[in-house]
Amino acid sequence: MDDLYREQILDHYKNPRQKGQIEASDYSFEDENPLCGDFLHIDLKVDDKGIITEAKFEGHGCAISMASADLVMESLLGKTIEDAKKLSKQDIMDMLGIELSPIRLKCALLSLKVTKAAAYELQEADDNLME
Amino acid sequence: MLQLKKFEKIKSDFPIFNRKVHSDKPLVYLDSAATSQKPLQVIKAMDDFYRNSNSNIHRGIHELAEEATGLYEAARTRIARFLHIDNARQIIFTRNTTESINLVAQTWGRKVLQKGDLIVLTRMEHHSNLVPWYMLKEEKDLRIAFIELTESGELDLEQYSALLEQNPKLVAFTHMSNVLGTINPAQLITHMAHDAGTLVLIDGAQSAPHFPVNLTELDADFFAFSAHKMVGPTGIGVLYGKLALLEKMPPFLGGGDMIRKVTFEGFKVNSIPYKFEAGTPAIAEGIGFGAAIDYLESVGMETIARHEQELTRYAMHALGSVAGVTIVGPEAEKRGGVVSFSFEGVHPHDVAQILDSEGIAVRAGHHCAMPLHQWLNLPATTRASLYLYNKTEDIDALVKGLAVVRKIFT
Repeated sequence: MDDLYREQILDHYKNPRQKGQIEASDYSFEDENPLCGDFLHIDLKVDDKGIITEAKFEGHGCAISMASADLVMESLLGKTIEDAKKLSKQDIMDMLGIELSPIRLKCALLSLKVTKAAAYELQEADDNLME
Repeated sequence: MLQLKKFEKIKSDFPIFNRKVHSDKPLVYLDSAATSQKPLQVIKAMDDFYRNSNSNIHRGIHELAEEATGLYEAARTRIARFLHIDNARQIIFTRNTTESINLVAQTWGRKVLQKGDLIVLTRMEHHSNLVPWYMLKEEKDLRIAFIELTESGELDLEQYSALLEQNPKLVAFTHMSNVLGTINPAQLITHMAHDAGTLVLIDGAQSAPHFPVNLTELDADFFAFSAHKMVGPTGIGVLYGKLALLEKMPPFLGGGDMIRKVTFEGFKVNSIPYKFEAGTPAIAEGIGFGAAIDYLESVGMETIARHEQELTRYAMHALGSVAGVTIVGPEAEKRGGVVSFSFEGVHPHDVAQILDSEGIAVRAGHHCAMPLHQWLNLPATTRASLYLYNKTEDIDALVKGLAVVRKIFT
């Protein structure tokens, strides 16, 4: 338990660095976790070299899902859209640095799903994106 | 009341409370609205069946088949008595409340309802009493209207009365909300509907386990509930229906047991209740359901209701005193043993997770009532739900657990 709610996660939940919206975003996507109603919207902006210069999220959900979104957005800064497409479940788990039960994993991976759907410019996200 | 000897002993009937969770914590189970725990009496009845009487039912000629049939049908009779009705043929075994409601939608609804017909539901329904009607609405181009809620989370009967002027074909409502805890005035709602020539379906998933239900008095046309929420096994539920309606309804699923005669040209349906019970049913579960009814009756439904009423009052007071807790739904007197709440600054998932680490099982989420949470303007809530094996010390543990949650999130 101490692990699950360790300082870093609570800190990102309480003081998110990347919360907000980007008016003229290049990539955007939003989705929810139907199990619990968590909602996540992300915006990405890239420069002419395809580098992600801004990454913001808005949403509501538990500490795990919101901290995960903040960490993912932070990690994308300076990366490319191709890098975003390559994000994996393992990357998210490494960022969070905690063990998660299958149910809580879904909370953590909403940000992965939404990020990849945005990067691939999909109309609809499916759960395969969470692998 | 809470100190009654009876309730001291009850917990020891439920073997699950002998185990520890998270290695050394006693189990504080506050999730009975999702499913109840099972007493030894029920587990034993099912175990006995498999050990000593296992056989398929209804057409076997051998001793085991007769025994199995006898046990299974005796359960049906006991359930009828439990609901205060005379005719056990009105008890149809299904898988659960959800299947019971789908049965009505797919047989009565499909046959009787026509384009433009109105169905009345309420804003506090579980998905299982929404989606079957939504599905039928799409298929048959029906209209659906909702009984509104008052600020405290009760049904707005004035608005309901106005809806009845549009001559709906059916009113389908929950006897007790699985989120707000509200106990709806089922008899009054039914009476009003019948005066308007409207049929009534009651979702009894949260009521039949917790207080006496007298279907003769209630006069509902359909009543649906599940065994697993009333100390019985999963996989078996009941649909009760008025005889005249059941007789006229087409069958639900096709197969064995629901037929009287099959030829190469067609089939003739069996009489009720078998008409709606295609295939080998959940026999051991049916027998377990009968044992569950016996168990509840041995404690007494009135007694259970009083015990839960006391506990609910205690829980509402205790939770209401925790800073940051907002309870949804009406005052204790108007509800059953369900207390859903939000905890300021902490998402219900986080609340539930931290409580779990303290050995306290609650539920977090929308509890299969997403539209209701939309109405509440909350994405999710944390729900503590009570049953006959709970005691005030479980509530005390919950309050202590919330202090741990607060500590982590401040």
